[in-house]
Amino acid sequence: MIKTDAVIIGAGPVGLFTVFELGILGLNAHVVDNLDKAGGQCIELYPDKPIYDIPALPICTGESLTKNLLEQIKPFKTTFHLNQRVDSITKKDKHWIVETNDKTVFETPNIIIAGGVGSFEPRKPPIKGIERFEQYNLFYSVKNKKIFDNQNVCIFGGGDSALDWVVELSKTAKKVFLIHRRDEFRAAQHTVNQMMKLKDEGRIELYTNYQPKDFTGVSKIEKVIIENDKKEIKELKVDSVLAFFGLKMELGPIVNWGLNLDNKTIVVNTENFQTNEEGIFAVGDICTYPGKLKLILSGFHEAALAAQECFKRAKPDEKYVFRFTTSSSDIHKRLGIK
Amino acid sequence: MPKVTYIEFNGTEHLVEVDKGLSIMEGAVQNNIPGIDADCGGSCACATCHIYVDDDWIDKLPEQSDAEKDMLDFAFETKASSRLSCQIFVDENLNGIVVSLPEKQG
Repeated sequence: MIKTDAVIIGAGPVGLFTVFELGILGLNAHVVDNLDKAGGQCIELYPDKPIYDIPALPICTGESLTKNLLEQIKPFKTTFHLNQRVDSITKKDKHWIVETNDKTVFETPNIIIAGGVGSFEPRKPPIKGIERFEQYNLFYSVKNKKIFDNQNVCIFGGGDSALDWVVELSKTAKKVFLIHRRDEFRAAQHTVNQMMKLKDEGRIELYTNYQPKDFTGVSKIEKVIIENDKKEIKELKVDSVLAFFGLKMELGPIVNWGLNLDNKTIVVNTENFQTNEEGIFAVGDICTYPGKLKLILSGFHEAALAAQECFKRAKPDEKYVFRFTTSSSDIHKRLGIK
Repeated sequence: MPKVTYIEFNGTEHLVEVDKGLSIMEGAVQNNIPGIDADCGGSCACATCHIYVDDDWIDKLPEQSDAEKDMLDFAFETKASSRLSCQIFVDENLNGIVVSLPEKQG
């Protein structure tokens, strides 16, 4: 069990800045995120897109914003629990017990939900009942490439994940099929060229303008049935299927925590961004209140105010004094400034 | 004000007026039409505002950008008439447009 002043759910820009606001008040935090890296939507959805409305940054990208925020919170040596999703929370006196799907358990007076639109989950092919194959031979990521040795592997998608694995698995698999819904690929041109070369050499089979229609088999997928724009159907015998249709966002277990929700967002007050449960806060895109704007800069403000209340809950015996970063020696010490 | 008809997957039709300059996605969200999620808020980054445009209207729409084509790779059950509704902005030329919503978004 990890005891901490605050658990932050979500490592997007607002979650990261919450670390900072807590940190300068002398509070430590643990951050949990379902992605494999910090940055949230900024990194996953639009790393290269320019952002023009961060105060005092005339232009930045999702990636550079994340990088700068990570730099800003470096002094606090925060622990990130990535590839994990918070599954359950339970009340214990004035504290909360927080548990992830990886069985990491925290005890904390403060939970700050900075979850954006929810946690990122793999998008699945539009075929009913395919969940039954997921524990056998249907995958949305590669954890151990050895299992595909000498297999007939069917890969769906047209982005970097799909094409990178086509190129990689073509070395060890018996056969690789690549299926994509159109002729153009989103993947890096270099990888597209490599894939095309493999196709010309007959080392992979490429089906463009085809989409998955059905996966058949008793316990495992044995056959993949694909259909093109002209309703032509092909059947492929496969040992494994890898589907790379990107990620989607789902609110997930948060809906079960007894919080007041309004259309997939969490209702908070605008004094300290606390929800209807004491010690649970929501900041950034996931919270709502009259006049709420889903802007990164609004999330930063929300984080600052929530942090004040977190302090009172984490250190009930200490007097809270507001200080500016420009002049407070306590804050300077926490930031490691000599 | 231009009118837009949204047809839900279950067949329910919604005829609403949408301010010029708003996207088809924004028109749906403002009128509480179910079936368009718009997770990313309209920045062409998520493919959860996927619609099917009625055949009569496809040619009247502006061309798809590469970004929209890329994002459509992620949409659920795309067809030739698939578009992202955050990328189509309503004006007088689109007065009367009819769009259908997919079974689900993503």
